[in-house]
Amino acid sequence: MIPELGHYALVLALVMALAQASLPMVGAARGIRPWMQLAKPAALAQFAFVAFAFLALMQAFASSDFSVAIVTQHSHSEQPLIYKLSGTWGNHEGSLLLWVLILTIFGALVALFGENLPPRLKARTLAIQAMISVGFLLFMLLTSNPFTRLNPAPVEGDELNPLLQDPGLAMHPPMLYLGYVGFSIVFSFAVAALIDGKVDAAWARWVRPWCLLSWSCLTGGVALGSWWAYNELGWGGWWFWDPVENASFMPWLIGTALLHSALVVEKRDALKSWTILLSILTFGFSLLGTFLVRSGIITSVHAFADDPTRGVFILALLAIAIGAPLSLYALRAPTLRGGGLFAPLSREGALVMNNLLLATMTATVLLGTLYPLLLDLTTGKTISVGAPFYLATFGVLALPLLLLMAVGPFMGWKRGDVRGALQRLVAAGICALGAAIIAVWIRSDGPLLAPFGLAAGVWLLVGTLIEFMERIRLFEGNPARIWNRARHMPRAAYGMSLAHFGLAVAVIGMTGAAAWKTENIKVLQPGQSLTLQGYEFRLESVGGIRGENYLADQAHFVVSRDGNAIANLYPERRQYLVQPMPTTEAAIRSTPLADLYAVIGEPDGKGGWIVRVYHEPLVSWIWFGALIMVAGGLTSLSDRRYRVGAPVRAGAAQAAKA
Amino acid sequence: MSRKRLRLYLVLATLVVLGIAATLILRALNEELVFFRSPTEVTTNRPDAGSLFRLGGLVETGTVEKQGEQVSFSVTDLSSAVTVTYRGLLPDLFREGQGVIVEGAFDDSGQFVAREVLAKHDETYMPPEVAKALKESGRWQETEGKTQPAVTQ
Repeated sequence: MIPELGHYALVLALVMALAQASLPMVGAARGIRPWMQLAKPAALAQFAFVAFAFLALMQAFASSDFSVAIVTQHSHSEQPLIYKLSGTWGNHEGSLLLWVLILTIFGALVALFGENLPPRLKARTLAIQAMISVGFLLFMLLTSNPFTRLNPAPVEGDELNPLLQDPGLAMHPPMLYLGYVGFSIVFSFAVAALIDGKVDAAWARWVRPWCLLSWSCLTGGVALGSWWAYNELGWGGWWFWDPVENASFMPWLIGTALLHSALVVEKRDALKSWTILLSILTFGFSLLGTFLVRSGIITSVHAFADDPTRGVFILALLAIAIGAPLSLYALRAPTLRGGGLFAPLSREGALVMNNLLLATMTATVLLGTLYPLLLDLTTGKTISVGAPFYLATFGVLALPLLLLMAVGPFMGWKRGDVRGALQRLVAAGICALGAAIIAVWIRSDGPLLAPFGLAAGVWLLVGTLIEFMERIRLFEGNPARIWNRARHMPRAAYGMSLAHFGLAVAVIGMTGAAAWKTENIKVLQPGQSLTLQGYEFRLESVGGIRGENYLADQAHFVVSRDGNAIANLYPERRQYLVQPMPTTEAAIRSTPLADLYAVIGEPDGKGGWIVRVYHEPLVSWIWFGALIMVAGGLTSLSDRRYRVGAPVRAGAAQAAKA
Repeated sequence: MSRKRLRLYLVLATLVVLGIAATLILRALNEELVFFRSPTEVTTNRPDAGSLFRLGGLVETGTVEKQGEQVSFSVTDLSSAVTVTYRGLLPDLFREGQGVIVEGAFDDSGQFVAREVLAKHDETYMPPEVAKALKESGRWQETEGKTQPAVTQ
């Protein structure tokens, strides 16, 4: 019964979305207020229906209702509860439902908190948001109904793919989708503004909180995905430049550009049409990512068996969702004339460079991702584009961006003092040079990446610190006054410093992990050991253990350095009971300087076990840095100026500033 | 600063960045790509020693031999086969008779040494390249391609 209600709720949500997509739009064009006001209750109702459907599906998973087809395919009664629940989105249909749920969450949030938005803009924004819902709800109801029943219902399910039975599944997809789909509301705002024909500082301020929220979630989502891939052997480590990974990275890059260009619209009334374009493209990349992941059109280490016909539907959605706004953009963009002029060497100029570089970097990732497909279609040759390509293109373009990132915040709006900025960055330059020398000294035969990456990271790190200290004038006046200054500094400024600092930390981590990773592999009998980077890994024993729904061989390693035991590692080799599929669970000891990573393979039949260990310097900095970035985004979000609904158009905003 | 002047600077900066990016991309496309080859292609037109490529096909049944941390197996598209050696842990879903993609190169003695053996996420997934190699050798059966939907992310 409940699955039928869930299905019914989806149909009702579609009806609601159709109403929300049409009536407020017409109302806004004709000035019919009640029709415009319909958007709010419609958005809330749509959210309620989709949420009900989602909970109904989750309930089916939680109670192992095997009469529902996808529960049978992806769950098992003896699976731990957390994997039953997260199994809800560990499949095509369920993940689409999660996608739509988040789409409607953002619609409902704007409906609820957008009280101060001009009624026309609000009505149009919600209508556009509903149009996206219509597309995806139709997709779900026509091709991928999550509530399809099986008759007769099987007694037992096939179990969730053991590789997905990982805490990563519980956290990564919802977080990533919040970011991915969150940009839909920015997209809707942009299209609504295009219809409106008006983009101004107030618009930028209304959009900013949504931008920040989505960006923070996307940052967290990408980082969680990277952390999961790092923990899972055979997924290519923390970043493999795999199409599916790139699919989540491209919206992040272009969304980061958007975050910065919207600042220029807000402060200086310039770069308007560019910002609108970025808003459209960011969500476009989210859709493209969904298409790449769902269609299985490109080989990926994260690919699962899939149904290509569904890809066609998403491709059509993508074409409409991007094509229509871009046509509208071509029509309306010339009317969005920017106001503020600025010198090339200014804060605006720096942000333009930021955008230029980020957009170009996105283009290189896009090209690398799609090139195999293009080549296959045109010449029939099959190739793969891997890390070396991205390092030689993306990596090289990232260097100037990181260099500029430290300089930009020192530049004033309109006209900046480059010489002054560089003078204040002397200390950062010295530290960066030192870091490069240390990098060469640690391993003189290492890749060129190491000194450059480390120097860029340290430059940004120190540069950001200097900028922050100057802003609160750390060395002027008594502590009480400094504290006062720090307290009154806008949260957005803290946010920027934190985000830049976080990226610096992450860059240092990526460089260390990419340049200095080492490994050793050996067949060990219990009692034997192997060494790596001065650490001795001694295999104490291998014993059988029983988990909730698997049996495993668990190894016990004692890791010691200079004869002192420092850690115990327990990697496992699991055999799940339902799906005859072994999985490898790595054991990791994480320290700020380096991670020790151990996995155990198959027995050699003579009492020995094949063992592989890695030494991954600085790798944990990547996720620590990402965490700081997320904290930066959220700090910015809490800035008073961006309190949703706070900003008012033109006159009042000016008064508030003064 | 006039509007015209500003636009000129913007266009110049864009051209410079795009120019650099295009140069980098063209260089990288020449040097950094890894080609995919089927066992038949490799046998008829043998790549030079040391040139990196991806080899895909099925793991031939009965050819997997393990010696300590060294493992060797044959990758076949059912008309030709190439023997692969690999030092390391095989992915969890490595099975005889199933699809596999290995990345590596021939060494000086003519042995194909894999640098990486790529894992898959589920049992029924067949990498498109492997399917293509099998189709080209005429051994592809459509039933093998039929797979149940299952997805991550």
